[in-house]
Amino acid sequence: MATAATVPPSADPAARSRRGTGLKRRQAIAAYCFVAPFFLVFLSMLVMPLFYSGFLSFFREQLVGGTVFTGVGNYVRALQDEVFLGGVLRMVRFLVIQVPIMLGLALVFALALDSGRLRLHRFIRLSIFVPYAVPGVIAALMWGYLYGPDFGPFGQGARAIGLPTPQFLSSEWMLGSIMNIVTWSFVGYNMIILYAALRSMPTELYEAARVDGAGEFRVAWSIKIPAIKPALLLTTIFSVIGTFQLFNEPNLLRILAPNVIGVGYTPNLYAYNLAFINQEINYAAAIAFLLGFVIMIVSYVVQLGALRRERRS
Amino acid sequence: MTGRYQNDIQHHTDKEVGIEMHRLTTRQSRALAVTATAGALILAGCADDQEEGGTDAPDSDQITQEDIDAAMTTETNLTFWTWVPDIQNQVDLFEAEYPAIDVEVVNVGQGAPHYQKLRTALESGTGAPDVVQIEFQHLPSFRLGDHLLDLAPYGVGDIAGDYAEWIWSQVSEGDAVYAVPQDTGPMGNLYREDLLGEAGIDVPTTWEDFGEAARTYREANPDSYLANMPGNDPGQFVGLLWQAGARPFGYDGAETVTIALDTTEVATVIDFWNPLVQDDVIGVDPDFTDQWYQGLANGRYASWQTAAWGPVFLQGTAGDTSGLWRAAPLPQWEGAEAAGNWGGSTDAVVETTANPIAAAQLALWINTEQEPALKFATEQFLFPASQKILEDSAFLEQEAEFYGGQQVNKEFADISASVVPDFGWLPFMDFAYSSFNETLGKAFAERTDLNDGLIAWESELEDYATAQGFTVE
Repeated sequence: MATAATVPPSADPAARSRRGTGLKRRQAIAAYCFVAPFFLVFLSMLVMPLFYSGFLSFFREQLVGGTVFTGVGNYVRALQDEVFLGGVLRMVRFLVIQVPIMLGLALVFALALDSGRLRLHRFIRLSIFVPYAVPGVIAALMWGYLYGPDFGPFGQGARAIGLPTPQFLSSEWMLGSIMNIVTWSFVGYNMIILYAALRSMPTELYEAARVDGAGEFRVAWSIKIPAIKPALLLTTIFSVIGTFQLFNEPNLLRILAPNVIGVGYTPNLYAYNLAFINQEINYAAAIAFLLGFVIMIVSYVVQLGALRRERRS
Repeated sequence: MTGRYQNDIQHHTDKEVGIEMHRLTTRQSRALAVTATAGALILAGCADDQEEGGTDAPDSDQITQEDIDAAMTTETNLTFWTWVPDIQNQVDLFEAEYPAIDVEVVNVGQGAPHYQKLRTALESGTGAPDVVQIEFQHLPSFRLGDHLLDLAPYGVGDIAGDYAEWIWSQVSEGDAVYAVPQDTGPMGNLYREDLLGEAGIDVPTTWEDFGEAARTYREANPDSYLANMPGNDPGQFVGLLWQAGARPFGYDGAETVTIALDTTEVATVIDFWNPLVQDDVIGVDPDFTDQWYQGLANGRYASWQTAAWGPVFLQGTAGDTSGLWRAAPLPQWEGAEAAGNWGGSTDAVVETTANPIAAAQLALWINTEQEPALKFATEQFLFPASQKILEDSAFLEQEAEFYGGQQVNKEFADISASVVPDFGWLPFMDFAYSSFNETLGKAFAERTDLNDGLIAWESELEDYATAQGFTVE
């Protein structure tokens, strides 16, 4: 009295395993094959080095005396290291000033593009995005030239109209100069993300608002911005992570102003120099992990702040 | 109505996404955990193997000529890391002499990047070359890890007589030889005769004269300086300490380092430069930057206290000022006739090489055979370490149009004979130089008291040495 046909598939274990063969199984294998290359590279290039780095950070290798196990000794040292803490604070200052400016600009550009009032709409969008396409190294080299006191165009222009030469690469202005480079590079990228979020908004909302008598600015402020909050949060998190990982610009400008940008100007640069100049690979690993924790904490705080604000509203 | 509709969209999407993410996370995390544990276990096992990784240690007995002949006629591939421009010419000559040996020349960077890559390769146990260019000041740091092959058994000890004592002492320790000297950098004074003449200054022969000349020049030329002392070039400054007879660094080859920056010789040099720097009489721009090259070309700096390889840089970048430069010895401290040295390289053989005999022969041949060694001097403008080449008339009598026809090589050859012997280095000069930029170099760049910078530098060096397990004297 085979009643297999009437038994619901989920209740019959034999049927469930039979379901595993055939098409579903082939599909599953195909799916794994497609993601395998990514996971292979991900595991070998990211996860394993991460674990190895973590492993290294618990040891200390001396030039004389070999390797000893120090437990959390490197982390304790890092938390008391003025250079590391100075670098982190510098990045916090960078974050607090540069990220709001950059995201504010990106938001304004995205809203302006979305308003449909601009001519040469595609050209403007492309030209704001182009700096992101310029490789970071080239951008830093280019700006290094532009900032040059003797031969940079700003310097020459200032002298031509009788002003003193702006010292973009001096210790007072260096952080601001780097902020400028990073903003220039990434405002387009953030703008595109926000613009895409705006484009995906249903337009009935705007029509309803306009019927109620709202102008373009009011629509932007009360409807568009609240609607793209997830995208704004995304770009904020990316910017926070990117800020703490700042490396390219200080590393390249270091050649032009070696006494302004020290070995530990940013935590990432510090880890790099510790590993390759000081030969202190274990301490560098600890710094890198500590930096990772700092980034995690700050990102979490930012997300928490956003969630709390949302729950309230 | 608008607000509610929006909230519904948000709420709905979050819930969907939340569920998706939750499911993925559990599966992903389990897989990750398994792989990660396996990975970590494998790596923990691998980590300890780092100390191994060389090939068989070569014989410490003297290698006979027969062994050399046999090795040089066996098909071999050698890798040679160097940044000397056009060294392929010398290598071609070598390959013509020994057709069985094939040498691959690789330029992995100049200076710091080269050493970083070399250290990384040595640390990882694979990827290191057979022969490598190493500057004199970095030799102790590679000897520290026993990374350099002792070349004495390979016939390299025989060439000792061809080198001045101060050069040979840099590459050898007792009977052992760790590298073949290639070029050196005895320091002299390159100056613009026309600019000094305009300001009514004779080329200074003593440091006292130099100080006065610098002030006179600065008064006459408010936009330029007699000289530039950069805050980012410890090699130059240490060369001046060398000239003054200071011996700030030492390493006994084992576990003891000497750090002596508070001696009278060092103080003499620091106290000389301090007022010049603070009174804005001397430039303090970082060197080897675009701006600095332009400064040399457009007369912002009227002189450059540099090594014998300096002329090459000038000819490249300040080409328009050809004919206006002259070379002279460095200004001297009272009653002395001495010179310091800045830079200079050697070719060493890495201990893990699979072909020690061939590698040793490569390092030896291109630096000691007449034809390639002379080429280094006359075509690549490296200042020869070998006495034989130094005395070669083809080298000495080269007249340089850039220097108004002056026999610059002869000038530097005389200077080379007066370099102070027995200058030592620390086995971590990468760090020492980087630390200079942060401390004493910074004091130069910001025109603050050099003595504070010096004390900071000394204490950073001592802290680092102690932390690395050295005994500091």
